Order: sequence, then structure tokens, then C-alpha cells
Amino acid sequence: MNGVEAAWNRKDLLGIADLDAEEIVTILDTAESFSEIADRPIKKVPTLRGKTVINLFFEPSTRTRSSFELAEKRLSADSLNFSGSGSALSKGESLIDTAMNLEAMSPDLVVIRHQHPGVPHLLAQRLDSGVINAGDGAHEHPTQALLDAFTIRRHKGRIEGLKVAIVGDITHSRVVRSNIHLLNKLGAEVTVAGPRTLMPPAMESLGVRVAHDLESAITGADVVMMLRVQFERQARSLFPSNKEYFDLFGLTPERLEAAHPEAIVMHPGPMNRGIEISSKVADGERSVILEQVANGVAVRMAILYLLASGRGTDKE
Amino acid sequence: MSETPENTTVLLRGGRVIDPSQDLDTVADVLIEDGRVVRIEGDITVDGEHTMIDVTDRVVTPGLIDIHVHLREPGQEYKETVASGLRSAAAGGFTAVACMANTAPVNDNRAITELIMTEAARHPYARVYPIGTVSKGMKGEELAPVGEMVEAGVVAISDDGLPVMNAALMRRALQYAQHYDIPVVQHAEDLDLTADGVMHEGEWSAKLGLPGIPGVSEDVIVARDLLLTDDTKGRYHVAHLSTGRSLRMVREARRLGVRATCEVSPHHVILSDRHVADSGFHTSAKMKPPLRPESDIEALREGLADGTIDAIASDHAPHHPNEKDTQFSIAPFGIVGLETTVSLCLDRLVGEGVISLPRLVELLSTGPARVFGLPGGSLAPGQVADVTVLDLERTVTVEASRFESQARNTPFEGWELKGGPVGTLLAGRPVGAWHG
Repeated sequence: MNGVEAAWNRKDLLGIADLDAEEIVTILDTAESFSEIADRPIKKVPTLRGKTVINLFFEPSTRTRSSFELAEKRLSADSLNFSGSGSALSKGESLIDTAMNLEAMSPDLVVIRHQHPGVPHLLAQRLDSGVINAGDGAHEHPTQALLDAFTIRRHKGRIEGLKVAIVGDITHSRVVRSNIHLLNKLGAEVTVAGPRTLMPPAMESLGVRVAHDLESAITGADVVMMLRVQFERQARSLFPSNKEYFDLFGLTPERLEAAHPEAIVMHPGPMNRGIEISSKVADGERSVILEQVANGVAVRMAILYLLASGRGTDKE
Repeated sequence: MSETPENTTVLLRGGRVIDPSQDLDTVADVLIEDGRVVRIEGDITVDGEHTMIDVTDRVVTPGLIDIHVHLREPGQEYKETVASGLRSAAAGGFTAVACMANTAPVNDNRAITELIMTEAARHPYARVYPIGTVSKGMKGEELAPVGEMVEAGVVAISDDGLPVMNAALMRRALQYAQHYDIPVVQHAEDLDLTADGVMHEGEWSAKLGLPGIPGVSEDVIVARDLLLTDDTKGRYHVAHLSTGRSLRMVREARRLGVRATCEVSPHHVILSDRHVADSGFHTSAKMKPPLRPESDIEALREGLADGTIDAIASDHAPHHPNEKDTQFSIAPFGIVGLETTVSLCLDRLVGEGVISLPRLVELLSTGPARVFGLPGGSLAPGQVADVTVLDLERTVTVEASRFESQARNTPFEGWELKGGPVGTLLAGRPVGAWHG
């Protein structure tokens, strides 16, 4: 890994919006070198031995949290889990007090997931520890975008010049925002699509094309990324029924014909089969959904490594 | 505060006197006797005992009036009190404030109004004109006892903090308030359209993933209310108007003879919604209405210049630091403004050529007095000598820790501004310590 960490000197990873292309490539290249560890009989390296990582999850998460935990364990870091329910926060302690108490335990890194945008940024201002955003409301989910880019790069060999369509509940998706920033910075051409009631009015200002039907969104696309539909949105009349959603935006093998013949299909999970994506597509040969999960561990190892190594051994 | 004028003679010597009520902008002396303005002329000589205040190179204006302030007393004295709020007003160059009714309990009856008046009299840094609620308990259902509150001192009614959502209640309020010739002041916001919004819905809410408050949430209520005002021939005032579309509707309605007025807050003509991102989700960028995009700022600045907007009002909304020192999504809405308004307007509006200095003085004195039918806003002979003195050259650095207000929630911390208040006189009596 010599050479790649030269482009990294950040304390925190708060969002893709803050990164430049070189930093993104540094993470992706570092992840490449970590990915083979998953194929070893002993899936563990001593890289972060003696480092402490706190996983602070205020929102339920299975995939992201497990992925971070596994990445930490494979790097030999000591990790500690706090979750929103059962923590001091549910007893009325303020977020900042919770954070300061954690800080008193001198962790090297804090991984945080929170339902409110900006919370990782708030913590980063207050903590000496490095802060990794594992998803803040509908704002950013940088590690997801990085693992998506890693996956795309493995299949397509590049990001630049690719046509990427992202389809679904754009308003409430942190995945889409991080992906737009990343794909734009690396030179892809992004189109987003979804029901008008789930599309922010000013979405073009993020530098994307906005489509309001599935076909025009995915025509010629090299990558089709489907987003999860959150059921609670329906209660607020943002769309009338799951059936209507599927009729308008559900991805079927027939509709996928419009995309590039070698297009890959992605989904950040968890999927609603039969609502945003049919099982035939989800389990079909174009789907790279499970690869995304596998790659997530390597990408998170790279991020943990880059952030933690910038703040310890080098200085000593 | 005492309404008895002090038995003294005061001469303000050598200032630039700007009084929009008399279309006056001239270097002159102001002679005050027994708490009232006697005359404004060049080189007044006074025989006998008097106090001379040299205001050479300063600007002398009618006492500034902020018609949108939350004093938080009774009930939320941990945020602000009548005493601290009035000290803050005086420090900011104001001689009078109108205070909103969303206290705890709310000001929906004579007893609360009298409590506020009594507390104000004990702390005579500035005058207080209470605003009563529109509805009992501010619940938006039944009309509050307007007559009894007016008798006790209320000058307008408003459920500010919340809109009057019920059109039938709004119509009744516009009808009934005419018995007392007071305006109904609306916090124009459709709560269903706002839903869980925490910032303006637009480019920056799309980027930050924060739930948005669309501009049309304000516009639909303003549109409805203007129709009701036309229908009832009532008096209507839009509090903290923030969108270009609402402004256009007010302008058009007035052209048609509807009795509608409006105010804007300094932050809505100085900061855009981009500030939420630039400040890193800082909670001092969170208020209602939210910071709007540049296009609205441009429209409001036009409204300031062309006369559509009647008043600048701070919407001074103090909160305890513990409430604001948290994540953006759950922090309370509102920022303080009494001690930043004058400098912000001098630097960013007059200094940038958006409006003239006399127009600013009108927006901060004569205009607000006219909107609420208050005494003051004029230095005409015989008027009570409530006076503000400004220094256009003074550099003011905003330091919340030095505010007279108990609260610190300002987005302007650290700003260096050119121009600021020097001090005030209430009925000819200098208030507190003057700057320079």
C-alpha cells in the first residue's frame, strides 16, 4: 500500500461532497489491496492492532453495521458498539454529551449512523477522534457510494464516461446524494428518476439529469441503480400504492432491455422484491447486488486504515 | 416606564437629523423640553440650565421601533426576560418593541398583558407594546378577548409562532379587530405544506437531505388572507414576509386598496439558504420562515426600496444555548436580532446601496409606528422625544457573548459591520451607556 496514502490527510470522512477525485481514487485503490484478505483462510491482518473504534448507530442497520464490524475485526482493531435504543440518548442525554462521554474513552475512530443530516459533522467539530459517516439522514452515505464505485470499477474497468441511472425515492435517499457526488467527480453521467412526489424540485442543481419515467432514465445506461422504497412514505401520500409504484418504476427484465446490453444492476439494500425490483432482475445475471455487500467490507477496511493510520503510528 | 416627562432641557447639538415623518434630512440641533421635541433648527442657543449632548458627525432619528420581538416572559425566563430583552433593545438602538404573545401561558387575556406592562415599567430601557393572541390559548379555535386585551395595552393580535390555519377564525379576527382598529398579524405558514421541514425547500435542501419548507407554504396563507382582508375590509399585517411571491401579492393587493402591510427581517434579506450548508448545519441558520434563495432576497430588497415593505423587524427569538447546541433537525427555530439589526441594515442595505439612509430610518421608525398605530416614529414638535443616535462610521464586530440579551443564537457571530447605534433617549432621557 505504499504510495497510495500520500493523497490522504483527513481526520474524518463525512461525505463525498468534501472529497476530490484523487482522494476517492486513493480509497478505491487501497480497497483493492484489502479485498484479497477475504479470500484467505485466516481473514485477519494486524494493521489496526491497538486502535479503538466505536460504532455509534442511532438508527437500525444490519448491513452497514455488520460490514463495519467485520472490517474492524479483520484489521484487528478493538471495537465497541453503541446503539440508539438502550443508550444514554434514550434516557434524555443530549447527542453532544453522549459524544463527549465517548470521547473521554479515547477512541481513535467513531463510526456514526444517525437519522438527522449533519450529525457526523457536528461530532467531527467536537471530537478529537476521527469520525466516519455511516449515513446521516437523507444527506450522505459516503461508504456506500465508495463501495458502489468499487463495484462499478471492477465490472467496467472505469467510472469516467459511464452512463449511470439511479431510480427510486430520490428525496429520502442518502445513497443517491453520495453517489451523485462521487460519480460526477469521477466523470460519469448521472440520471436520476423517480415519482415526482419523491423528487426534490431542485435536483438538477446537483449536476444530474432528471427523468420522470423509467425508460428514458435507463436507456443506454451502463449501470442501473435501484433505490429502496420506504414503506412509511406511502402513509404520507407520497405515492398511492406499491402496485402503482411498481407499474411506474419497478425494474423488470423487459424494461431492463432499454439499458446497455452489458449493463449491471445494483441496489444498496435492503430490497423490496416486487416493488422497486422484480426477483428476476434481482437474482439475474446482470445483478451485482451481493458483490456490493462483499466489496463493502474491503472498502470500509480501506477507509478505517487511511483514517486511523493518519493519526497514530506515523506521528510517533 | 414613566410617562411623566422629565423636567429638563436637552439639546442634541450638531447631528444629521433624519425624520421621514417630516421628510427631513439636515444638519441641525434638536431641542427637547420636558420630554418632548420643541424644535429642530440650526444653531439653537439655550439660556439657562440644560444638558447638551454633542452629536456632531452622528445621525439623529426618531426612536427605532421593532414590532416583532419575543421577550419570553412570562414562563420562559430561562430564554429571555422583559428586563434582558429591553436592555437588548436599548443596546441595539431601539426605543420601543412590540412583543409577541407566544409566552407560557400565552398572552390571551388582560392579566398577562398587565403583567408584561408592569414588568416593562420596572425596566424602562425601552417601551413595550404587547401583542395579544388571535385565539384563546393560541389553539387556533376561538377568538381571544381582544377588547379586554386592548384596554390593557395590546396594540395588535397574532398567534405568531403558529399561523392562524383556520380560515373562518382568520375571517372573524379580521372582522372583530376593526372594532379596535388594530391589525391582525399573521405568521403565514401552511403547516401541512411545511410538514417536518426544517429549511427552505430548494437547491440546498436537496443537497443536504434536510426536509424542506417550500416557499408556497407561506404564499398560500398570504393569498388566502389577502382575500379575507379584502372581503372583510380589515387590517392585515404579514409578519416576517420571506418570499418574492408573497411580496408581489401584497403589492398587488395594496394597489387594489386592500389594507395590508408587511415586515421583513434582516436575515431574510442578507443570508440565503446556502448558509445552512456554509455554516456546516449550524443551528443559528434555523428559523421560521427559513432562509430563502437569492431570488427571494432580490425580490425583498426591491420591496424595501420601492415602498412595498412597511417595516424591518428582527423577529428576535431568544433560545437557551442548551436548546440550540444540538443537531440541526431538532433545534428550535429562531435567532436573536435586537442587537444586530441596525448594524446589519446600515452595512448590508445602506452600505451596499439597496436603500437610502432616510428610507432605512423610515423602515425602522416611522413605518413600524404607522403599521401598528403607535406613538413615535416622528421628531415633529410636540412629539415625545424618543430618539436614536447612530454612528455611520463606527465598526461593530458581532460578539454574542457581549449581548445584553440572555441568548446567543445569532448567525452573524464575528461579522464586522460598518455603522451602529450610539444610544437612545426615552422622553428626552438618555438610556444606559452610550457607545462613543
